[in-house]
Amino acid sequence: MDFGFLSDYSYYFLTGTVNTVLIAFLTVIAGVVIGTLLALMKISGNRAFRVAATAYIEFIRGTPILVQALIFFYLIQIPDFKVLGLDMARFIPGVIALSVNSGAYVAEIIRAGIQAVDKGQMEAARSLGFTAGQSMRYIIIPQAIKNILPALGNEFIVVIKESSILSVIGIVELMRSADIVKTAIYRPFEPLLVTAVIYFILTFTCSRVLGIAERRLRTSD
Amino acid sequence: MIKVKNLHKRFGKLHVLRGVEVSIKKGEVIVVIGPSGSGKSTFLRCLNLLEQPSDGEIIFEGINITDKRNDINKLRQKMGMVFQNFNLFPHLTVLENITLAPVKLKNEKPKQAERNALALLKRIGLEEKADNYPAQLSGGQKQRIAIVRALAMSPDVMLFDEPTSALDPEMVGEVLEVMKELASEGMTMVVVTHEMGFAREVGTRVLFMDEGSVKEEGSPEEIFSNPANERTKEFLSKVL
Repeated sequence: MDFGFLSDYSYYFLTGTVNTVLIAFLTVIAGVVIGTLLALMKISGNRAFRVAATAYIEFIRGTPILVQALIFFYLIQIPDFKVLGLDMARFIPGVIALSVNSGAYVAEIIRAGIQAVDKGQMEAARSLGFTAGQSMRYIIIPQAIKNILPALGNEFIVVIKESSILSVIGIVELMRSADIVKTAIYRPFEPLLVTAVIYFILTFTCSRVLGIAERRLRTSD
Repeated sequence: MIKVKNLHKRFGKLHVLRGVEVSIKKGEVIVVIGPSGSGKSTFLRCLNLLEQPSDGEIIFEGINITDKRNDINKLRQKMGMVFQNFNLFPHLTVLENITLAPVKLKNEKPKQAERNALALLKRIGLEEKADNYPAQLSGGQKQRIAIVRALAMSPDVMLFDEPTSALDPEMVGEVLEVMKELASEGMTMVVVTHEMGFAREVGTRVLFMDEGSVKEEGSPEEIFSNPANERTKEFLSKVL
């Protein structure tokens, strides 16, 4: 094994890592927005909303993310332009595809988190005179967040790993960087190993930070 | 104060309430007894529309609360409710549990609401628990605080849904004591309970419910010493 290539190619891994983190970050934010909307639709009294949200969630969860990424890449045609060295014609469809995908999973996380709150809580809030919306805001959501946050953190970790799929549409994230280096030095093994270690450092750091945040949240238990 | 006319409640095919007729005056302590499945909890939960009646009318302080045009959220502010499982808000401290509704719904100043809450806590001897979370309290303490949380809204009537059924036996007394005190101050109360001693001692009127309707009602002496209805006799012979 020879890691001598790192002195010449570490720039690629650095760029790839930054882009992977950027993609994961944007995806989770967009995914939470999409997921919250879907979750609210799914627990709403409106049947049309419920059916639409369920259809979305089932379809996204029932198809491979690789297929979804490619569909969005060909579906969303954007003229070539670059922001911070990133090719937006690839980056934007890529992030949208991941967000649409993540949103479906986040929706289920949020729905489960809300429904896990004892239904006596809603009754107690309503009996004091709170409206359904106020009860959600002051009583249900604050408790649901404690159920949701750990799972949401896991989703962030999943997104970091799944963003590697975007290498197929030519976004230079970590996986694609490994490919580039692999081809340049005619050796597959070492660049892939470096990539795996970087992914692990990212996800392991996240799960540690989440563990701390979770313990802080537990003050009232 | 509360008039219930021909109240029906169906859960699908199950006909739980079959024409309940009750009239409750200010200052009365109505104790509802009866076998499980007789519809007494459902009846109580209909009074503040936690259950939507299938048919019939409930008039509270002259307002038909079953009429959808009336704002049930405003009306519920005047009807305190205490649950079997306490239902304190676990993410809030005891003090926050009590002050949340007055501050958010009645626009009380937080300082004022806290003073009221502390005064109420002092009455039940739990002022030192103000900054604790519900998980740190015993069942009896939780239920006393749940009562105080409802009282903080200054309701006109208090509804109790089997308030001592989930408690360890040695904690039943402290909760009943608070309820007795409340009754002696003239609070209008509707209490669903299996505590016959409380019914006899504190109730001004006892309703015996069975199979979804009120089978017999009267003063505690009448019901307990000289029940007229066969089902009442049978029930009391089993529980007394």
